[in-house]
Amino acid sequence: MANVIESAPAVRRGRARTRRAGAPGAGSWIRRVPLVPALVFMFLVTQIPFILTLYYSFQRYNLNFPTAPRDFPTAWNYEQIFGDHIFRTAVLNTVLLTVVPVVASIVLGVGIALLLNRYVFGRGFLRTLIISPFLVMPTAAALVWKFTILDTTFGILNWFLRPFGLGSENWIGQHSQITIMTFLTWQWTPFMVLLALAGLQSQGEDLLEAARVDGASTFSIFRRITLPQLRPYIELGVLLGSIYIVQAFDSIYIITQGGPSTDTTNLPYYIYQTAFQAYDIGRASAMAVIVVIATILIATLALRAVSSLFSSEGMAGR
Amino acid sequence: MPIRRRRRSGIALLSIVAVSSLAAAACSSSGGSSGTSASGVTTITVAVTANPLMTTIEQLTPKGFEASHPKIKVKFVTYDENTERADVEKDVAAGGGQYDVVMLGPNDIASWAKNGWISDLSSYANSDPSYDVSDILPPIRTALSSNGKLYAVPFYAESSFMMYNKAMFAAAHVTMPANPTWAQIAALAGKLNNPSQGVAGICLRGLTGWGDNLASLDTVINTMGGSWFNSKWDAQLTSPATEKAVSFYVNLVKKDGEKGAGSDSFNQCLQIMEQKKAAMWYDATVAASTLDASPSPVAGNLGFAPAPVDKTKSSGWLWSWALALEGASKNKSAAWQFMSWATSKEYIAYDAAKNGWAAVPPGTRTSTYQNPAYQAAAKDFAALTLQEIDSVNVAQPGLAPQPVPGIQYVGIPQFEEFGQQVSAEITAAIDGQESVATALSKSQAIAQQAVIQAGLKK
Repeated sequence: MANVIESAPAVRRGRARTRRAGAPGAGSWIRRVPLVPALVFMFLVTQIPFILTLYYSFQRYNLNFPTAPRDFPTAWNYEQIFGDHIFRTAVLNTVLLTVVPVVASIVLGVGIALLLNRYVFGRGFLRTLIISPFLVMPTAAALVWKFTILDTTFGILNWFLRPFGLGSENWIGQHSQITIMTFLTWQWTPFMVLLALAGLQSQGEDLLEAARVDGASTFSIFRRITLPQLRPYIELGVLLGSIYIVQAFDSIYIITQGGPSTDTTNLPYYIYQTAFQAYDIGRASAMAVIVVIATILIATLALRAVSSLFSSEGMAGR
Repeated sequence: MPIRRRRRSGIALLSIVAVSSLAAAACSSSGGSSGTSASGVTTITVAVTANPLMTTIEQLTPKGFEASHPKIKVKFVTYDENTERADVEKDVAAGGGQYDVVMLGPNDIASWAKNGWISDLSSYANSDPSYDVSDILPPIRTALSSNGKLYAVPFYAESSFMMYNKAMFAAAHVTMPANPTWAQIAALAGKLNNPSQGVAGICLRGLTGWGDNLASLDTVINTMGGSWFNSKWDAQLTSPATEKAVSFYVNLVKKDGEKGAGSDSFNQCLQIMEQKKAAMWYDATVAASTLDASPSPVAGNLGFAPAPVDKTKSSGWLWSWALALEGASKNKSAAWQFMSWATSKEYIAYDAAKNGWAAVPPGTRTSTYQNPAYQAAAKDFAALTLQEIDSVNVAQPGLAPQPVPGIQYVGIPQFEEFGQQVSAEITAAIDGQESVATALSKSQAIAQQAVIQAGLKK
């Protein structure tokens, strides 16, 4: 799965470089020499595995059947995948389980950041508390959610609800997608808070004061000044949030195991199942290849359409 | 000025993206290395699953084995069940020889033996009279053999049975029959279910996993006359008998089972029984050694009954964590010395001397069950465990012949994937997300497709 993620930034990086290449002059390459080891390392750990994945994807290669013919090259794996309804479900689930948590954590994150940016008593302490979900190991956090909070018999949520007659709700079983979305939102909101806070603190106090003197209302200050200034930070939040949440695996593996049925099976989990429960290396590789191609396409188009992050011209123009 | 600052932060952010994706790509893999060093000491690497009994042997090995075998050093590599299987399979499939001894279950024996991934142990076992291979319980020996050759030796083994809280039975004025049927269990569960007190009539597994909810469910399917496949590999998951059994199980757990059963398996039910939140529990016989032992709040207050039946005489499952010798191992003789010690009478006695008789690996040897000290320590469940293991028929646990042996699993490598998918459908039915009929018709398609792809069904 790592390949999936690397490739998109790689494309973007390439674009950013070519646009800027003319300006700085001949000295630029010498300044960049220290980057070379990192680039070589990147190539070794991302591109060689990708080429191997591509090679395996055209074979009928299952670890369980060492003596079966591999039929290289064959499109068998790709045919299987395009006829596979679980794969289509996994694509839809991946979109749903990424978009909702990203949007929700950004909305919550900006809201909390606005509150934390005011002078309130114990602000430093509050900030530390807010960040803590991000610092807990994801696996440990998922276990706490599964057994301590959401468990039907022993969970604290049902314990709170019991006096109101709602204490036997099976949260994980009957609201599995919402459970995963809530967990991911809970986990990623602090990250968005940090980003939005950084944006808010780079905001010039003189500008806001001038607006207030001119008689602007609090809402229009937020709408016309703060939000446009936060825009690159929010875009970055969308980008990083999507990169990380699209590969959500640990929470699904621990809390729902992709179920019930295939309700929370996303692409990383399905590829894991294919590779490590079916041991079908060929089919898992083919899925990974499809995911990489789709990610590059979507990321390129989406970023070109909405983002000003990676083009300095776009920023200077505003 | 603000614009300039933002531009710079844009570049800084780019590097964050690059660095974090590098971190994501970085992965580590560790494993064992085996071989004979210059001083003539052979190191053997053993892959085991994380489990209290395996922890015990790891602790006992230095003094119990290495001290008397100075030329052999044992290195344990411990993983959770799924990781162990994936890692071992990668190694054996590639002929890597990273491990000398691997832990596996009966479902892998036939295909791994056929692929040459594990070695035939018959000659080792037969040539060592003190090992006394005929002392190993016959059903376990059969489950670990393929084509009459022994491919693994059992570390511990289990069947399944019914456990119940005697105090709750007394309070409700009901008794457990000596050989309960599932209909009787359902009636008892109805009487014992007490939602206002938060007490369930019965705790049953609902968690997704072929080793989780399907293990319990498959024994119900078998005894009610259903099956996974007929002998021609036609999937039978929508047959009337299978559908009746699955409906029975799902309805029982929905009506009188623990709430939120879709997240529960062995460990959760163990906790529920210990907290007195359920009156009965159908699960592995090995549960008794935890539930009926000293730290448990219900110890001494438990009754045990055979696995409930319907149309068959018995219906317990059979499982063993067993040690096999990897085909690519370069230290086979040293590896066998360790395997034979770990599964010997000598080890059981040594473990008993250190940790008490109740804690020894159960279900492997006739001599353990004939030992008066063990009979006394495990008096409530020892005889019943032996009876359950002795009564299984791995080749045909249900009413009809099946294409491959196996009770709570289908003994082909593809089962791990399609069993997982079917178990997810069963969880959906238990959680009320789909009807039993929908879950089974999806499962039927999954199972049939899997054996067609495998080339078993023409």
